[in-house]
Amino acid sequence: MIFSILVNEGPYQHQASDTAFNFAKTVLSKGHTIFRVFFYHDGVNNGTRLTTPPQDDRNVIAKWTKLAQDSELDMVVCVAAAQRRGIVDEGEAKRNGKDATNLAPGFRISGLGQLIEAGIQSDRIVTFGD
Amino acid sequence: MTIKKFMFVNRKAPYGTIYALESLEVVLIGAAFEQDVSMAFTDDGVYQLKKGQNTKAIGIKGFEKTYGALEDYDVTKLYVDQESLTARGLTAEDLCVPVEVVSRAELGKHMEAQDVVLSF
Repeated sequence: MIFSILVNEGPYQHQASDTAFNFAKTVLSKGHTIFRVFFYHDGVNNGTRLTTPPQDDRNVIAKWTKLAQDSELDMVVCVAAAQRRGIVDEGEAKRNGKDATNLAPGFRISGLGQLIEAGIQSDRIVTFGD
Repeated sequence: MTIKKFMFVNRKAPYGTIYALESLEVVLIGAAFEQDVSMAFTDDGVYQLKKGQNTKAIGIKGFEKTYGALEDYDVTKLYVDQESLTARGLTAEDLCVPVEVVSRAELGKHMEAQDVVLSF
């Protein structure tokens, strides 16, 4: 089955991202396909490489990055939600005159059309959030 | 392009959190992709449609007008949960756009008929 995953909450404040991550790993281990993971609302905060949790805690962002790299996951951060919350890649920094970037490896910034496309292309789209 | 039935379920009041505003943004993109879009309003989500919103005192941009523009995007299927309205002392006359007020059971049937349900 083809799944897509929508993550609507940021890391640590909510369990949503952890649960979405575990779901994604399980979906792949059962031989299913993930078309896309889309990060929306505060979920875009899962895509900043500047996150530094205490050493004895999990690094939610690094886990996503590793999963993206190991499984060739397409992980998309919504551009409008990212702009509001200061998640920036090189293109966005240039466009908006910002002097820094913080998008974590494995993520890309794109539009909401990617979420609608995920709905069209997937058999199931599963939401994690409040 | 494949056309799927998308329902956007709105459960939260309009300004306390950003869910309502960002949900509207997805609805408009869904409509731009020429999908079969409908919206449901339940729980505090019914407040999103309350007529006469004035956000001046809280310094947040109001977006009541956007609901009125949905029709221009061919988004005309707006379902409002009767129980949620009644529990908040509201009727369809208090709302800023024409809607279909439905029972929870009817809303469930509409949800069942969808390909994609996104809840905000």
